[in-house]
Amino acid sequence: MLKTFTLGGVHPEENKFSSHKKIEVLPVPPVVTIPLSQHIGAPAKVLVNKGDRVKIGQVIAESGGFVSANIHSSVSGTVLKVEAFPDSTGYRRMSVQIQSEGDEWVDGVDLSTDLKKDFDFSSEEIIQKIIASGLVGLGGATFPSHVKLSIPQGKKAEYLIVNAVECEPYLTADHSLMLEKGEEIMVGTRIMMKALKVEKAIFGIENNKPDAIELMSRLAEREKGITVVALKVKYPQGGEKQLVQALINREVPSGALPIDVGVVAFNVGSIYAAYQAVQKNKPLIERVVTVTGKSVKNPSNFLTRIGTPVQALIDAVGGLPEDTGKVVNGGPMMGKAISSLDVPVVKGSSGILVIPDTEANRHETENCIRCSKCVSACPMGLEPYLLMSLAEREYFGRMETEKVMDCMECGSCSYTCPSSRPLLDYIRLGKGNVTQIIRARKN
Amino acid sequence: MSIFTVSPSPHVHSGQSVPRLMYGVVIALLPALAVSVFYFGIGMIIITAVSVISCVLFEFLFQKYLLKNPSTHLDGSAALTGLLLAFCLPANLPWWMVAIGALVSIGIAKMTFGGLGNNIFNPALVGRVFLFISFPAAMTSYPKPGQWWEYMDATTGATPLGIMSESLANNMPVSEIMAGMPSNLDLFLGKMLGSAGEVAAFALLLGLVYLLWKKIISWHIPVSILLTVIIFTGALSLGNPEKYPSPLFHLLTGGLLLGAIFMATDYVTSPMTVKGMIIYGIGIGVITILIRTFGAYPEGVQFAILLMNGFTPLINKYVKPKRFGEVKHG
Ligand code: SF4
Ligand code: SF4
Repeated sequence: MLKTFTLGGVHPEENKFSSHKKIEVLPVPPVVTIPLSQHIGAPAKVLVNKGDRVKIGQVIAESGGFVSANIHSSVSGTVLKVEAFPDSTGYRRMSVQIQSEGDEWVDGVDLSTDLKKDFDFSSEEIIQKIIASGLVGLGGATFPSHVKLSIPQGKKAEYLIVNAVECEPYLTADHSLMLEKGEEIMVGTRIMMKALKVEKAIFGIENNKPDAIELMSRLAEREKGITVVALKVKYPQGGEKQLVQALINREVPSGALPIDVGVVAFNVGSIYAAYQAVQKNKPLIERVVTVTGKSVKNPSNFLTRIGTPVQALIDAVGGLPEDTGKVVNGGPMMGKAISSLDVPVVKGSSGILVIPDTEANRHETENCIRCSKCVSACPMGLEPYLLMSLAEREYFGRMETEKVMDCMECGSCSYTCPSSRPLLDYIRLGKGNVTQIIRARKN
Repeated sequence: MSIFTVSPSPHVHSGQSVPRLMYGVVIALLPALAVSVFYFGIGMIIITAVSVISCVLFEFLFQKYLLKNPSTHLDGSAALTGLLLAFCLPANLPWWMVAIGALVSIGIAKMTFGGLGNNIFNPALVGRVFLFISFPAAMTSYPKPGQWWEYMDATTGATPLGIMSESLANNMPVSEIMAGMPSNLDLFLGKMLGSAGEVAAFALLLGLVYLLWKKIISWHIPVSILLTVIIFTGALSLGNPEKYPSPLFHLLTGGLLLGAIFMATDYVTSPMTVKGMIIYGIGIGVITILIRTFGAYPEGVQFAILLMNGFTPLINKYVKPKRFGEVKHG
C-alpha cells in the first residue's frame, strides 16, 4: 500500500498535459516588472531609482526584516519606474520596472551548466548564501527559506523533507525539473541537509510521476541518507502538514510548524534554486512556470525570468484561446485568478492556467443538504458547512473554537460540495475576522 | 474592466450536484422497485406513481404559492421522498391515503422547516407514521405477493414479523413458529408479506452496493445499524433461542434493510461526522430491536430512525470530527 495522509482529501482531474514537455527557456522580455513583495513577510526595501543602470542578479531591493527576502534584477538594463503596479493578487504593489538591454550579469555568477557536485561550506555559510540569493518557497507559499533553515533555540531538525508532490492539477513545473535537473537537485538536497545539520532526507513524490520516482530513486541510491517515497495520489498532499504525516507519520500540532516535530520541508524547486545559489552564486532571478489549460494549443514548461508579464507566456504557447474565461496564477485549487495579462510572474508563480469560459463560473448555490461531503473532504478535520453558517451569522468567536484558523485554504470543501456552496469564501472571511480578534486580545 | 472572471479559489468543482446525488439514490432503488412490481403488480405501480407525482406536485405548489422561493421540485429530492414513502406502505393502500401521506411528507415534514436541508425528521417516515396513526387498519393489512392484477381487493395477511410477535405472545416456541414461515431463500428473494418496497433483501443490498460504489453514502450508518442488530439479536437468541428469533430472521424481515440502507442514510437527517454516524447507527439498531422484542409493535425501525433523527442536531453539536493536529491532553 502506498502511503498517503489520513484525513480527508479529494481527487480532482489531474489534467497534467505538459508533464512530458522539456523545459524551454522563455526569451527575455523587453520589460520586466518586479514587485518588492513576492514573499510572506515584510516587503523588501528598494535600492534603485528611476534611470539607474542594473545588471542581471543585482540586488534591487534588500530584505526588509528577518522574515523577508532580497529581490534581484532579472534583466540588465535601465530602471524605468519605481511605483505601484497591479500584481497577481489584484492589488497594486510597489514594483521596479526595468527595460532590458543586453545581457550583463553581476560578477561572480557561474553561468556554465556544468554539474558542480562538491561543496565545502559550513551550515552558516550556506544560510548566508541562501539569504543573499533571495530564496523563498517556490511551491507557492513563498515563505523565506532562510527562516526555515534557522532552527529556533531548543528545537532540532531530524529530517529534511523534499516536497515533490505537485498535487495541484495541471501543474508540471516540479515534475519537469526533476526529470531534467535530477543531479542538481540531489546536490541541492545535500546542501540543505548540511545547512539543517540533518542526516536524513525524504523525497515525497506522487505516484502519477513514475518516471520522476524512478529517476530520483536511482540518483538517491548513491547518496547517504536520502530516500524517495512514492505516494498515493490525493489532493492536498503537498500541504506541509499532510506531507509530513504521509511520509513519517508525525502530526504537526494545531498552530505549530513542521520543525516542532523535527522536520523542515522544502519544495523541490526551492532545492534546485538552493543548488544554484550555493554552487553557482546565482540568485533567484528565474523559475520554471507551467503554462497550460484545456484549450491551450501547446501546454508547456518555461524557464521564465521573474517579472515577465503573463502575456509573454501566453504568447509562447500559441496565444490566448478564444474561449478563455479565466486566467489563474497557480493551480486550479489554490491559485489566484488574475484580471489582466500584464501582471508579472513572481517567485511563487508555479503555473499559469487558462480556464475556458464554460468552466470559469461557479454553479448556482443551493441549500446545504447536510451530506457531510465537505466534512469528509477536509484534510484538517474541520466542519466547513458549520464554519460557513457561523460566518454567515457573524459568530466569529464560535468559529475560533471550531478551529477555523487550522484551515489551510486548500479548497477541498468548496470543490466537493454538491450544492456548490462557497464554503471557502466564507471561511476566509471568518479567518480574517478571527485574526483580528486574536490580535486585539494580544494587545 | 477585465474580460476575465476573477473569483476566489478553488477554480474547479467536482461536478457533483444535488440532482445527481438524489437521482443516484433513485437508481439504487430501482432493483427493489422492479422486484416489488413483480410481487405486488398493479398495486405497487399505482401507489408508487401516486406517491412520487404527489410529492413532486406538492413541493412545486408549496414553493410557488406559499413559500415563494426558487423552485426545487425537480431536484430529485421530492421524487426520492415519494419513492421511499411508497416503499414503506402496503401495496393495497387506497390511493388517496397515499396522497395524504405525500402531503404530510412534503408539506409538513419538509416545507414547514424551510425545504431541503432544513428538516429534522425524514419526510417519508413522517408521512408513513402519520398514515399509520390515522389509518391503523389499512396500514396493517398487507397483500399477499403474487396478485398482479389485484389492487385494493387483494387478499391480505400478516407479515412474518407480525406472525412472530403474535405467536410469541401466545408462548409458542421460535422453532415451531419458524416452521410456518417462508424459507430463508424466499425471505432473501422477498417472497413474503410486507410493505411494498421492503421485501426484497437482495435487491436492497444491490442498491447498497451501488450507493457505496458511487460514493453517494459511506458505509458507516448501514453497517453500524446492521452490526448492532446482529450482535443484539444474536446475544438474545443465544441466551434463549426458543424465545428470541435469530439475527438472520431479523435482518431479512420487516423494513430493516430498507431503513438501514435508504432511510437512515438520508443526508439531511443523519449526523455529519463518522463518529456521529456510528453512534446514530448503533442507536437505531438498539431501538429497533427493543421495539421489535419488547414493544407493542412488531416493527420498530421507522420509529427508531425518527427518534435518532431527533437526536441528530445534538450529535452534530457535541460529536466533532478528529481534528488534524489536535493537541492530546492528559
Ligand atoms: S479549505 Fe479549509 S475548511 Fe475547506 S477543506 Fe481545506 S482546510 Fe478544510
Ligand atoms: S458539502 Fe455542501 S451540501 Fe454537503 S454538507 Fe457540506 S456544505 Fe452542505
